[in-house]
Amino acid sequence: MGVPAHRIPALVVGAVIVLSPWIMPVWVVTLLGYIGLNAIVCLGLVLLTGMVGITSFGQAAFVGLGAYVSALCVLGFGVSPWLTLPAALAASGLAGALIGWLTIRLSGHYLVLGTMAWGLGLFYLFGNLQGLGGFNGIAGVPRLEAAGLSLVEPAPFMLLVWAVLAVLLAGTTILINSRAGRAIRALRDPVMVESFGVQSATLKLKVFVVAALFAGLAGWLHAHYLGHVSPSPFGINASVDYLFMAVIGGTGSPAGAVLGPAVVESLRTLLRDAVPALKGVGGNFEAIVFGALVILLLQRASGGLAPYLSRWLPQRPPARAPAMAQPLPRRSLPATGSALLEVRGLGKRFGGLVALQGVSFDIRAGEIVALIGPNGAGKSTLFNLVTGVLPPSEGEVLLQGTRIETRPPRAIAALGVARTFQHVRLRPTMTCLENVAIGAWLRGRSGVLAGALALSRREDAQSLFEAQRQLDRVGLGAQADAPAGSLALGSQRVLEIARALAADPSLLMLDEPAAGLRLQEKQALAALLRELKSQGVTVLVVEHDMDFVMNLVDRVVVLQFGTKIAEGTPDEVRRDPRVIEAYLGGLDD
Amino acid sequence: MNAVAYWSKSRAAHSGSTSPDRGRLNATIATLLVQDGLTSGLIYALLAVSIVLVFLVTRVLWVPAGDMVAFAALTMSLLRQGIAPNTVWLLAGLGLLAVIVQAWRCHRSGEWRSLRGVLLLALLPPLLGYVITRSGLAGAEAPVLVHALITLLLVAPMAPLLYLTAFRPLTEASVLVKLIAAVATHYMLVGFGLLFFGAEGLRTPPFISGRLDVGITTLSWHLLLSLAVSIVMIAALWVFFERTLWGKALRATALNRFGARLVGIRTERAGLLAFGIAGLIGALSGLMIGPIATIYYDSGFLIGLKAFIGVVCAAMASFPVAVLGALAVGVFEAFASFFASALKEAIVFVLLVPILLWRSLTDHSLHGEDD
Repeated sequence: MGVPAHRIPALVVGAVIVLSPWIMPVWVVTLLGYIGLNAIVCLGLVLLTGMVGITSFGQAAFVGLGAYVSALCVLGFGVSPWLTLPAALAASGLAGALIGWLTIRLSGHYLVLGTMAWGLGLFYLFGNLQGLGGFNGIAGVPRLEAAGLSLVEPAPFMLLVWAVLAVLLAGTTILINSRAGRAIRALRDPVMVESFGVQSATLKLKVFVVAALFAGLAGWLHAHYLGHVSPSPFGINASVDYLFMAVIGGTGSPAGAVLGPAVVESLRTLLRDAVPALKGVGGNFEAIVFGALVILLLQRASGGLAPYLSRWLPQRPPARAPAMAQPLPRRSLPATGSALLEVRGLGKRFGGLVALQGVSFDIRAGEIVALIGPNGAGKSTLFNLVTGVLPPSEGEVLLQGTRIETRPPRAIAALGVARTFQHVRLRPTMTCLENVAIGAWLRGRSGVLAGALALSRREDAQSLFEAQRQLDRVGLGAQADAPAGSLALGSQRVLEIARALAADPSLLMLDEPAAGLRLQEKQALAALLRELKSQGVTVLVVEHDMDFVMNLVDRVVVLQFGTKIAEGTPDEVRRDPRVIEAYLGGLDD
Repeated sequence: MNAVAYWSKSRAAHSGSTSPDRGRLNATIATLLVQDGLTSGLIYALLAVSIVLVFLVTRVLWVPAGDMVAFAALTMSLLRQGIAPNTVWLLAGLGLLAVIVQAWRCHRSGEWRSLRGVLLLALLPPLLGYVITRSGLAGAEAPVLVHALITLLLVAPMAPLLYLTAFRPLTEASVLVKLIAAVATHYMLVGFGLLFFGAEGLRTPPFISGRLDVGITTLSWHLLLSLAVSIVMIAALWVFFERTLWGKALRATALNRFGARLVGIRTERAGLLAFGIAGLIGALSGLMIGPIATIYYDSGFLIGLKAFIGVVCAAMASFPVAVLGALAVGVFEAFASFFASALKEAIVFVLLVPILLWRSLTDHSLHGEDD
């Protein structure tokens, strides 16, 4: 069995690095060491910034924590630096958990300012705390030794750093293609992942801690290689450096985390050595060049340099479902005809505006029910109340006898409600298969650690198998490898249905599935829903298009101005004078 | 940039102000501290106004606001010493870059009319500045007002030129991408600052020294002057936004960019104008901060971040709240430096985190995701 083509570039790079102490001058080996050290921090940023979308301007502070804690422990207890690694990791991990717990609550650009504030705060702490040597730092930190050999020389240190980096790169790559990794890559849309049961805040925090741990590990290496720790390499400028490296390399893939530091550190060396004449002028040319490079990349290629490089290299094949896998556990479905969803006197007020008032209706297992009404009737509000996106002002919602109106979306999802979105919420760059697999989140258990250690392989295979099964079911089986964003809108809506089906729901809720579809697409969608009904799936369709639902559903609930004005079979509703008035307008207005 | 030097400098920068030695707080010291705080608070407030304006109109977090302040203070100080400042070269370089970017745009669109305006904005100020500063018209003995005007001429146009080169091509990008670009811009400016101004800190002699005795306490003339300038600036902005068509166009762009475009407002021009005002405010603030603190080429970052605290208090939207928040930061900072001067900067940022939390929890308009 040969090596897969997409692994060849990494293997070649690895081989060159392992051989470099014998084939390259010392300055290159030293440079490689620094590149590897920075890449460890940047890899955390790729996870944090590229995958989750949290831009951190404070990463260097975690590097500093690892370095200071390890240096203090080694000097204080007189033990070998190898023994203080757990302490360094514990410090950066705990600080990451605490800081992350506060920080991920911040929204948008506040979050970025927050990371900046933390970075600065810790920097001043390093400089001012008693016993840390002030801004001059701590000198004489013992170096790393292994089997009587000192790792002070650039070559062994470089090899150590790259060995660590290789392990982290492998773990990260495996992680982002695991069950947890797919959820992590979808975290930029918390509303969507929460509606499939992902605890988005917890998962974000875990990624934050992982990034902090990577940084702490780099700090430990830094302290025991240089033998000296001081605040300045851990200040805001260092944090900006790390982020710039990640942006220049590209935050979309682990390769960017290596490419960025490689480009930046090489350029830095080049600037230092090739332009000595400029040194006398005293300008900070690094800042100018890197700042300009970042702005240019943001303007021209916001994905960084990695996508350019990978265009010429063999691609990693997209995730594929195995031909056979043990099916995921299934929910015991309620008996056909039993009450599945009961809505009792539901109401919602937004300030003085009454969006919904006293709405009651039932859905029995095995039915397709449509909720219709003209624009502004309160359909979407009702949908949001039932799925837990909004809390109701009054009334209750029961799912198989359990009250759910006060529960968050992920708890409602766990009870068997799966939904689609009026405005399609797919991850456009992930494949159709990966998007659908997110739907099966609650049917698996493995987490971040299991994903990184490749312990979730069996479960991953199961959920991909299930995802492929649902894609086949809705007729998109052939598009499994295509990025979801490349599909037409009609197919994207169908893809959302497949994702909801992957959750094995007892109730499928569709929010205006026909909106914006062409006639043919509508017909195909109606055929799919009819087929699902014949398979015993209970469906609530919120629609605005009468024609679409009338030949499809068992019962119709009609809303207008936030109240229920009619309920019955499509024929009854079609003849109801109040419904006719609502849709066609009264004669005597 | 060496962070050790950076920190110790910022401490030195404030030790020269009226902060008394650490001792017991009494009413006299407290009034002095409040005055101290208000003097720097006014600068943060003006900057906060410019940051809110730029953010509302262009969605750019104007991180380099502080750099405008530092460059203006340094330029003014050099002019007062009779030294022709290198700011001219920085401005000329930025101008050249803006012309190249604009020419490229014109080349792409085949429409060359817009180049003329950019040429004027990019080349006239440095040319004028060069002639005045190198011809001896503005030696050390020239009136303060002349020096101040030259400073404004040399520093204020930098902001709109940066808009043309760095931010306009990112108009459609997300807030976070613009933020990273703004940090990169700041980073570059600091690099240029070291190149053009050197590592040494400068202080401007006060415009009016001495204090005014008002019975219960004495007020420094500099505070009164700063107050007057700030009030005039804010009043001018108010008139501009309320009474002029351009001001209204800016407000419309801030409220709804797409809608503004539909009614015929050129939103990119509104962006340029917002940056122009921000540049002017930054340069004015630089004139005001010069006499109360020693300014280095890289002092801008901390000044800007303190203004950001006011901005965050205002949820990036309200001008009056931003002003009040920034004034409070100034006073807080003055008292913090009295009680724990070593941790002064850290304390100010510890203030930022709870405010960020508070805003995130109360501000629901921001929960939309960017990607």
